[in-house]
Amino acid sequence: MCGLCGVFGVVEHWTDGSVGSRADEQHRVTVGNRFLALYGLKLAEWSGRFILTSQTGGSAVVDHFGGLWPAAEHLAGRPCDPLDAAMIAAVENRAGRR
Amino acid sequence: MNDIWAAPITANLLTGFLGSGKTSLLRRLLRQPDLSDTAVMINEFGEVGLDHLLIEAVDEEVVLLDSGCVCCTIRGDLKDALLRLYGRRQRGEVPPFRRVVIETTGLADPAPIVATFAADPMLKHHFRLGNVVTVIDAECGGANLDGYEECRKQVAIGDRLVLSKIDIAAPDKTARLRARLALINPTAEVIETSEADDAAAALLTNDVHDEATRPEEVRRWLAAAHGDHHQHHDDDDHDHADGSRHHSDISALLLSADEPLDWAAFGLWLSMLLNRHGASVLRVKGLINVVGRPAPVVVQGVQHLIHKPVHLERWPDDRPQTRLILIVRGLDAALVQRSFRSFMGLGTEVRSAQEPASSA
Repeated sequence: MCGLCGVFGVVEHWTDGSVGSRADEQHRVTVGNRFLALYGLKLAEWSGRFILTSQTGGSAVVDHFGGLWPAAEHLAGRPCDPLDAAMIAAVENRAGRR
Repeated sequence: MNDIWAAPITANLLTGFLGSGKTSLLRRLLRQPDLSDTAVMINEFGEVGLDHLLIEAVDEEVVLLDSGCVCCTIRGDLKDALLRLYGRRQRGEVPPFRRVVIETTGLADPAPIVATFAADPMLKHHFRLGNVVTVIDAECGGANLDGYEECRKQVAIGDRLVLSKIDIAAPDKTARLRARLALINPTAEVIETSEADDAAAALLTNDVHDEATRPEEVRRWLAAAHGDHHQHHDDDDHDHADGSRHHSDISALLLSADEPLDWAAFGLWLSMLLNRHGASVLRVKGLINVVGRPAPVVVQGVQHLIHKPVHLERWPDDRPQTRLILIVRGLDAALVQRSFRSFMGLGTEVRSAQEPASSA
């Protein structure tokens, strides 16, 4: 898969737009972990980049969120598809439990 | 005043099916004083003569990136030609143009051209994609939409849809075509060529990158969000009153939310959607109501390519509500909406856990 998607006219990824402070960055990693846990993955910040790790010990470094999902699919060994009906149902149940 | 050397060069795509009148429009555009600092890239020197200082011809050559990913089919010829032209500009061999118009061939799928800009760091740095202008022949446009996916995609990604040959098309035919264009792409402004003559330069110069014209552009998107164009997409091909059978594989859908959204969750969800379904998401346009930010964030993209988000000073209609229009091909609208709501719920959940006392 390509890691090019989603970036235009700027060095950073478009999702960086509203990230200003360290707290914003930490929040972003927390939300990222909530998403990635669905696929058995964890995200950590590392010197302005991100490390993605799997439960089986695999890891990948991504520069920005544009490269996150291709790397996540590679590590998880399956598509991370937000239109997968089973996954949507799982997220609905999860969010509903609070 | 903009520093001409520091500001990115705006790249406009001029597309439209065979015989729709792209080159005629281009010729009129190039006569406009506001567009005197415009370079032009065309695929071939056609029968309509272009008397312009800065014209480059490019051979249509589509290449695949090494990754083999279909979404990253790019135009290697275009990339080389643009960088060559940029180099000449920097060396002073050509005037310091601020804009380049790329005219596609009639059968071109515009997607690889957009992907070309997304894929190359040099192009990304020096150019930004401005309005995509699509010319549609009022007489033959309906048949072209029926018969050719390229034509439907050209309409779907357009920011401006210019109707040509309205003088030879029957008025009811033009009206039917307008209705179809609104179904495929309700966010685009539709202009008849006679109107385009009066304000041709505005087709290119008034865009969402321009702070002065941004609110007006966004107002049009919001009007599209509140129209009913995006509700008719679930059925497959359907019959129309004129007896023709229209393809509805491309249609618009609306994502809306009253509650402010967590920006991180929104970014993660849209990135995930584009990573898996980018080839099916032709356009993204809208305003996001972000938690903690009183002003709306403007998000827009063409295929995989999302522009850097910008802020508006205020909500154009005083309604702080997220409204995002996606023009999609072959995606189940209800499933996309359900996915959006559920994943945004994860963002809300994280926030609630962080600020248990402040949840609204």
